[in-house]
Amino acid sequence: MHIAEGFLPPLHAAAWTAVAAPFVIHGTRAISRTIKEHPEATLLLGAAGAFTFVLSAIKLPSVTGSSSHPTGAGLGAVIFRPPVMAALGTIVLLFQALLLAHGGLTTLGANVFSMAVVGPWVGYAAFRLLGRAPFSIRIFAAMALANLATYVMTATQLALAFPGQNGFVGAWSAFLGIFAITQVPLAVIEGLVGVLIFKALRSWAGPELSALGVFSRRPDHAGTKVEEAIHA
Amino acid sequence: MRKHASTLAILLAIVALFAVAMVLGTRQSTGDGETFIGTDSAATTHIEENHPGYTPWFQTIFEPSSGEVESGLFALQAALGAGALGFVLGTMRERRRQRRSAADDSSRPVSDPEPACDAAEPQSRG
Repeated sequence: MHIAEGFLPPLHAAAWTAVAAPFVIHGTRAISRTIKEHPEATLLLGAAGAFTFVLSAIKLPSVTGSSSHPTGAGLGAVIFRPPVMAALGTIVLLFQALLLAHGGLTTLGANVFSMAVVGPWVGYAAFRLLGRAPFSIRIFAAMALANLATYVMTATQLALAFPGQNGFVGAWSAFLGIFAITQVPLAVIEGLVGVLIFKALRSWAGPELSALGVFSRRPDHAGTKVEEAIHA
Repeated sequence: MRKHASTLAILLAIVALFAVAMVLGTRQSTGDGETFIGTDSAATTHIEENHPGYTPWFQTIFEPSSGEVESGLFALQAALGAGALGFVLGTMRERRRQRRSAADDSSRPVSDPEPACDAAEPQSRG
């Protein structure tokens, strides 16, 4: 999902940067608010950031004969809600753009929008919509769909920038052909890894997770103080 | 025990998926040079082939000088992330254990399988 440096026309690069910026600014505020309201969840925040950091560094082979990497953005989206991931994902993408020549500064906005905005929101939406399903299924769906949605968004961005003779739809299916099918097995793997990691978090940080409202059925129950969650 | 069984099953499923992807993927690749090219560079190649008129208008500031250096930096990224994740999980596990023993000490007669956690957490550090 990393659009290479310089591979979006200036206008597109500027537009995606403008679109992504408010999400990142809001996300940075959301992080400081989360730390203020739930100081005990700082460790979990570190876990969510570290998780994306690891997963987005690992490129896995896929059935199509090409390889790609997971994003790990679904976990933090489920625990802390998507805005926080906009900020954490930006840190990861900046690291990769500056040190690994992966992605780039001109394409940072577009890459942030796909991996750190669209992915987390789609994952979070899946998690909430499946409110009545078993918890592992909800986590699996959130992680897998956050991963997949990121790559669909990248294909969309590239098709908008390079429609070619076949127009947007033709270019879109060409870019989807590169990204999406490769990504399906990787999304499944990411979903399974997410279920495992969440099992560990649940048994070791249960009170923190309930305080953050992860287990409540309705999102508006989120954000109760940790004392209430512990003494409930 | 059942908890561990499901963990093991998921781990096996991950390994199996990986292996299947590897085998099917090797069969898919046409054999013209590299197999398992990253989708990111495949997209770049696609643009270069279909839009020969387009020249990237910005270059990366720093580029790893070889594939070895690049994979090393990727490994570093994964190591930093995994190290931090391991540290956090370990700390949370220990914190959980301390809360448990603190709760056991303060309310011995109650046989609560999920001891109410950390009312005494800050003090239990000492």
